[in-house]
Amino acid sequence: MTNKNENIVSSKDIRNKTVRAFAIFFLLIVAALFGWRWLNHQPEDNGIPGPLRTVLNGNENLFSNYIYSPHNISKAYSPADAVPRVRVNGDAGLGNDFDTAAWKLQVVRKPGDTLFISLDEIKALPKTEVIFDFKCIEGWSQITHWSGVKFSDFLNKYNLTSQSAMNYVGLNTPDKKYYVGIDTRSILHPQTLLCYEMNGKPLPMNQGYPLRLIIPVKYGIKHLKRVGTIFFSNTKPKDYWYERGYDYYSGL
Amino acid sequence: MKKIVKKHPLAIRWFHWINFPVLAIMIWSGLLIYWANDIYRLGWGTTTVLKFFPDSFNKALNIPFRLAEGMSFHFVFMWLFAINGFIYVTYLFFSGEWKLIFPNKKSLKESWLVILHDLHIRKGLPPQKKYNAAQRIAYTGTIVMGFGSLITGIAIYKPVQFKIICALLGGYEWARIEHFTLTILFALFFVVHIIQVTLTGWNNFRSMVAGFEVVPATTIPPVADEAIEEPVTIMNKQKNS
Repeated sequence: MTNKNENIVSSKDIRNKTVRAFAIFFLLIVAALFGWRWLNHQPEDNGIPGPLRTVLNGNENLFSNYIYSPHNISKAYSPADAVPRVRVNGDAGLGNDFDTAAWKLQVVRKPGDTLFISLDEIKALPKTEVIFDFKCIEGWSQITHWSGVKFSDFLNKYNLTSQSAMNYVGLNTPDKKYYVGIDTRSILHPQTLLCYEMNGKPLPMNQGYPLRLIIPVKYGIKHLKRVGTIFFSNTKPKDYWYERGYDYYSGL
Repeated sequence: MKKIVKKHPLAIRWFHWINFPVLAIMIWSGLLIYWANDIYRLGWGTTTVLKFFPDSFNKALNIPFRLAEGMSFHFVFMWLFAINGFIYVTYLFFSGEWKLIFPNKKSLKESWLVILHDLHIRKGLPPQKKYNAAQRIAYTGTIVMGFGSLITGIAIYKPVQFKIICALLGGYEWARIEHFTLTILFALFFVVHIIQVTLTGWNNFRSMVAGFEVVPATTIPPVADEAIEEPVTIMNKQKNS
């Protein structure tokens, strides 16, 4: 009984079949190596080869438009779960020549129309507390305890709803040395805070006194310390770590 | 004259050889990411038997300070890994190949005999089809591991949007440990796989490229004869016997 999966063949046939198969195999390996070389030599787009950036932007569209939901909340913890010693990972934008007394939050409503808001005015707004697992892009996480005004409450209070209909919100430190851009959907998330307290006390200098961003749906790189200016834009605002090769969205 | 016997369908050869470089890129870019918080080790208390990874290892592979690059490659090639894996599993089901690769009732017991045979402790193998019992368990294991890597990866990648998955895996930090452990298991599988393929020899390796194995035409070993039959036929035969 013969089977359609077997054939009696000559040694020459076997050799020919083998040579042909391995020739194709070898060509595919060469093609793959050239493809890899090509990919790594494409012009860079903000620190990484252009094609990779294109896919990362595609990932952003997918997750921002179809997966993200404001109803997905980071798990809330109790104050006792929060670590007493909060890790400090970066000091870009936290220069020593900062004048705490002169600080006011600047909100650019439109070019040439800037709102100046003092810390006391911000503290007078309804206070929201967030205790969550803070996640660094490096891979570590910590349960930390923050309070401040919910970003969406702040926008409503200062009649910034037409501005927040734009796609992105940009934030800069007073010295403009650190800057982030964030999609407005994530800014409007109910756990996103303009934060002025850590563990129930005013923010320490190295945590961005007097006011920082806390945004649990993003990696730590987006939680800008010491907010100087807030502005709104339909195009992506400059972003410190994006320029250094990271994903713009960096959403969790 | 010799006889050639079809062993691996073209589709399976494609899935295999696409997966190999893609998984290699995933593991390499994963190393670049892991380095930024390289806290895992084997040991107890203050005693460390093995640090993941030793500095010499990181230095030799040029791993340090490439987190952004690692993430960008990881979150591009994850799609190829997932899509190739998904089509592969779908193919297994629709082609009937799953019957040749998934373990059956006898596989656990027989795999022990295969291991004893491979270690030269026992002579002779139990009759097998395309894969022996140990291969069935190992290869099906890689499918499960691939699925595990995907799920634990999703839990780390978007822990807030997929927080139910993240919670089922024991939380964010456990998901990262599980993802890492699966990668180590893949690396161990790779080592054993390469050793076994090398020991088994050219005819077997060729079958993963060319698709066929060569057997003598006159004396057909019963093992090979079994292997060439259609899965359905084998099933019927087993029922009748």
